[in-house]
Amino acid sequence: MAVYSTNEFKSGLKVMLDNDPCAIIENEFVKPGKGQAFNRVKIRNLKTGRVIERTFKSGESLEGADVVDVEMQYLYNDGEFRHFMVQDTFEQYQADNKIVGDAAHWLKDQDFCTVTLWNDSPLAVTPANFVELAIVETDPGVRGDTSGGGGKPAKLDTGAVVRVPLFVQQGEVIKVDTRTGEYISRVKE
Amino acid sequence: MQTDWQPTCSLELLRLRARLFGQIREFFAGRGVLEVETPLLSQALGTDPQLAFFSTQYESLPNQSTLFLQTSPEFAMKRLLAAGSGSIYQICKAFRNGEAGRFHNPEFTLLEWYRVGFDLPQLMTEVDDLISLLFFDYGLQVTQRISYRDVFQQYTGLDPLVFSHHAYCAYALAQGIPEAVTICADDHALWLDFLFSHKVQPHLGKNALCMVYGYPSCQSSLARISPENKGIAERVELFIKGVELGNGYYELTDAVEQERRFNEEIGIRQQRKQPVAVKDERFLAALYSGLPDCSGMAIGLDRLLMLLSACESIGDTLSFSIHRA
Repeated sequence: MAVYSTNEFKSGLKVMLDNDPCAIIENEFVKPGKGQAFNRVKIRNLKTGRVIERTFKSGESLEGADVVDVEMQYLYNDGEFRHFMVQDTFEQYQADNKIVGDAAHWLKDQDFCTVTLWNDSPLAVTPANFVELAIVETDPGVRGDTSGGGGKPAKLDTGAVVRVPLFVQQGEVIKVDTRTGEYISRVKE
Repeated sequence: MQTDWQPTCSLELLRLRARLFGQIREFFAGRGVLEVETPLLSQALGTDPQLAFFSTQYESLPNQSTLFLQTSPEFAMKRLLAAGSGSIYQICKAFRNGEAGRFHNPEFTLLEWYRVGFDLPQLMTEVDDLISLLFFDYGLQVTQRISYRDVFQQYTGLDPLVFSHHAYCAYALAQGIPEAVTICADDHALWLDFLFSHKVQPHLGKNALCMVYGYPSCQSSLARISPENKGIAERVELFIKGVELGNGYYELTDAVEQERRFNEEIGIRQQRKQPVAVKDERFLAALYSGLPDCSGMAIGLDRLLMLLSACESIGDTLSFSIHRA
């Protein structure tokens, strides 16, 4: 794997830090006029998702991490693992609940998502920004209410619960922003 | 179609820069300080191991020699002082290789001036006058003057003049910056650079000019050591809104001491396998012939423009930053 020096650090670069794969978020060059140059780096641990700040002496280097994002189709859940497939190669990958994490709320069979691979094994799963899911359970709404004020909880077919406007009914399909977990709109069948 | 032919700053910033230069020239003209110009290309340059330089080949056939882009106009200006110029200033470019970031561009603009007969407090008063003038419309609070030791202790609880490896490490660990322990090891000056830039500097000059004076002598650079306290150098740094804006000295006039520091720095460069810096013999000769007692200050004008215009990045103040140069 390539080695990257502090002056090559830029947002999105994947590197190994403390034996974990990480993504650089921000790199600030700090140098007193008459002193040592440093790079203050904001970095996300791709295993834990935690963001930390770390300072490097300018000129230090880190080993690159073999991390790639691959679009895959979500196939099914066998109870222990969730299975994903790369469409054009039919190559399959499995990931346990720890890796899938919160993405599980938004994964519906056959939907596409992004699987982050580290050394060819899944490291994280990111759902599409917008997904369309059916409401399996919600209180009957009040007729005539078309505004968004208030709202009510609705359980979706993936098990996730989101707040929807009162007029949205059980059995309807809705569009949700997976980054915020917010209802966007109804989807006309 | 390429769009990166466009300037990196707004046209308004071009006008602000022109106005700033005008104000500075008027300020020094009013005080009888002479504007000078010195070479950007020189045969020698500073030995400071923290500064990386640009070099180029000069073809004066049949000979070939290496010339350097100056990292600051300091040596040339001091040669003018030694020749009897009296107080002088200049606005010029300086070059530092590899320095690029939000506050750095490898080619940048300096205002540098020297006041014959001024000690450091007198120079600080002049800086205060100049900054007050330039920031007249910005409502800066009253200027603060604080010693390095006091400000360092205030924000870290550590004594910057007395190196305690144990106390420094304990502080770094408690602050969640354990990498400082590895990076700085037992290098006192490096510890000060790390802790000052991370833990002290961001607090300095909240909507005011903050002048930090009395640097530890391990960071004396070209300042003279205080006669009352050998641990302190007669050096001052300027900060506004946490941005390092300038650096000044009660200038070292002792040629023997200067040569000793050069040799020390050349040794450090060799140790670190850095490019060889050529000791500026003409500058040393000027010191041996006699540099008048003086104080000098350098202010980064691009950063000053950042503060005047509330720009986020130095590139926003430059016609073309290095990426578009």
